[in-house]
Amino acid sequence: MQITISAGKGGTGKTTVAVSLALALKDNYAIQFLDCDVEEPDSKIFLKPELQSEESVNLKIPYVNDEVCTYCGECGEACQFNAIATFGENTLVYPELCHGCGLCSLVCPVDAITEEDHKIGELRSGTANGIAYHEGDLTIGSPMATPIISELKKKIDPEMISILDSPPGTACPVIESLHGSDFALLVTEPTLFGLHDLKLSVDVVKELKIPVGVIINRFGLGDNRVEEYCETEDIPVLLRIPDDRTIAEHYSNGIPFIEKLEGWKEKFLELFQQIEDEVELQSKKLEEISQEYNEQRCS
Amino acid sequence: MSNGAVKQLLVISGKGGTGKTTLVSSFASLAKVKVLSDCDVDAADLHLILKPNPKVEEEFSGGKIAVKNDELCTDCGICREYCRYDAIDENFNIDEFSCEGCGVCEYVCPEDAITMEDVLSGYSTESETAYGDMAHGELVAGEETSGKLVTNIKQKAQRIAEETGVDLIIIDGSPGIGCPVIASLADVDIALLVAEPTLSGLNDLERVIELVNHFGIQAHIVINKYDINEAITARIEELANKSNLPISGKIPYDPTVTDAMIHEKSIVEYSSGQASQEIKDIWTKLEKSLS
Repeated sequence: MQITISAGKGGTGKTTVAVSLALALKDNYAIQFLDCDVEEPDSKIFLKPELQSEESVNLKIPYVNDEVCTYCGECGEACQFNAIATFGENTLVYPELCHGCGLCSLVCPVDAITEEDHKIGELRSGTANGIAYHEGDLTIGSPMATPIISELKKKIDPEMISILDSPPGTACPVIESLHGSDFALLVTEPTLFGLHDLKLSVDVVKELKIPVGVIINRFGLGDNRVEEYCETEDIPVLLRIPDDRTIAEHYSNGIPFIEKLEGWKEKFLELFQQIEDEVELQSKKLEEISQEYNEQRCS
Repeated sequence: MSNGAVKQLLVISGKGGTGKTTLVSSFASLAKVKVLSDCDVDAADLHLILKPNPKVEEEFSGGKIAVKNDELCTDCGICREYCRYDAIDENFNIDEFSCEGCGVCEYVCPEDAITMEDVLSGYSTESETAYGDMAHGELVAGEETSGKLVTNIKQKAQRIAEETGVDLIIIDGSPGIGCPVIASLADVDIALLVAEPTLSGLNDLERVIELVNHFGIQAHIVINKYDINEAITARIEELANKSNLPISGKIPYDPTVTDAMIHEKSIVEYSSGQASQEIKDIWTKLEKSLS
């Protein structure tokens, strides 16, 4: 079971929810935690893992052998990312634009291009209180978060319950995190921005055909338009976390609030039961929809 | 870092939800003459407050996707061997979410069964608002190339500023330190880093400071909701001091900030309370630094 915690808007409480869910479940299940927010990995502040291993994530970028290069410029013409270009008698590589696809070395008519590893980030693994912990960390100044997330996701053990803390937004790093998930838990807040960005996230998970549920954080703040929206769209609101100064203070000090406030561990256990039910219910619905679609298309 | 007379102020934060858009919408009403720009193309929210009236909306394609012609495909599997993004499955179907649009499959296909087609990545819009012209955009949900869309929007803002003789662009940025943020940093004069006093906020501020240093951009810091945890606020001040970055202001926690958002107004227009006053002071300081 793979559960990904995501949000359109940043700062709504993804990490709080992901960490709480992992801590609530760890005594009853084998749990794996993956921090996919590789631009700002913060779950370690709350889970305090003991890290045991570290590995680099590399992209294969081109290396041009100037003695062989004839400066024909075919590599630059083929590259979709403007990562290689020939100016006069000089072929330059821009590592920060390179996606490591290897097309330039394929098209080079004189085999002047070989590939070398270029570090774009790191993966770290360890354990936190019985939870198998993995995080990705994007090298500062490198723009490419997605390949780090896809490497990180190779750590997923299908025998365990995997909890993924996704980056905010709706762009490629978020898609990479959500891809292949059994359930998307979207965290929002009951404000104008929270609602607007929730709608964007819902569009993404619908497109990816992933069962979905919403958690409203800072409940009590703002207005009830998020609830109304979820009702109209038939998306279950699975949990409401109140707008509470004590919770905010624990968060600010890196303390998981479910360890301090009574009754919350039970609520997160209950949340997990609901997730299991929703996965079953919604998967059936999604299947029916795609069957209907196929039948319509065939007829 | 600036090219020419137009100055650029970019508001970013590393961590999301620290108050970027709250500040930018306030600066929109405080700055006399400016062009506005929302480069948080993943989750653009500034328009909810500024209510732009679109003048020109353009489709934006920042990349391509591989499309296979099943009639020509012989299931030889060469494309799958060469694809480095696992975007071609065992039945040789192309997964549009995994495809990077690199064109390797098109190149290696012996039957010419694959063509690269433009994808609609988003929209890039020029608008009028009650506060000045605005360049903004929206990524199609799930699309890549957010960095290229940011660059496109910034170029529009720059062109509008030059055409209308405006010498300041105020830009709302994305959270994080990746592709869209790096794209938004180009030609920026001051990056305003909005931090919150939490351990996560502190960790993310350190990373975003390292990022602006990496690109040689001058930065100022604002601490939002500084009174939520004054011990961590003190640590942010230490970090600012150590990094030689000025603190433009410390905004107190003020529930009217959320009320203002509910009423779809900037906090400086909605209230004259503590947070509103502090943001006005911050703007006065920034205006001096930008001139």
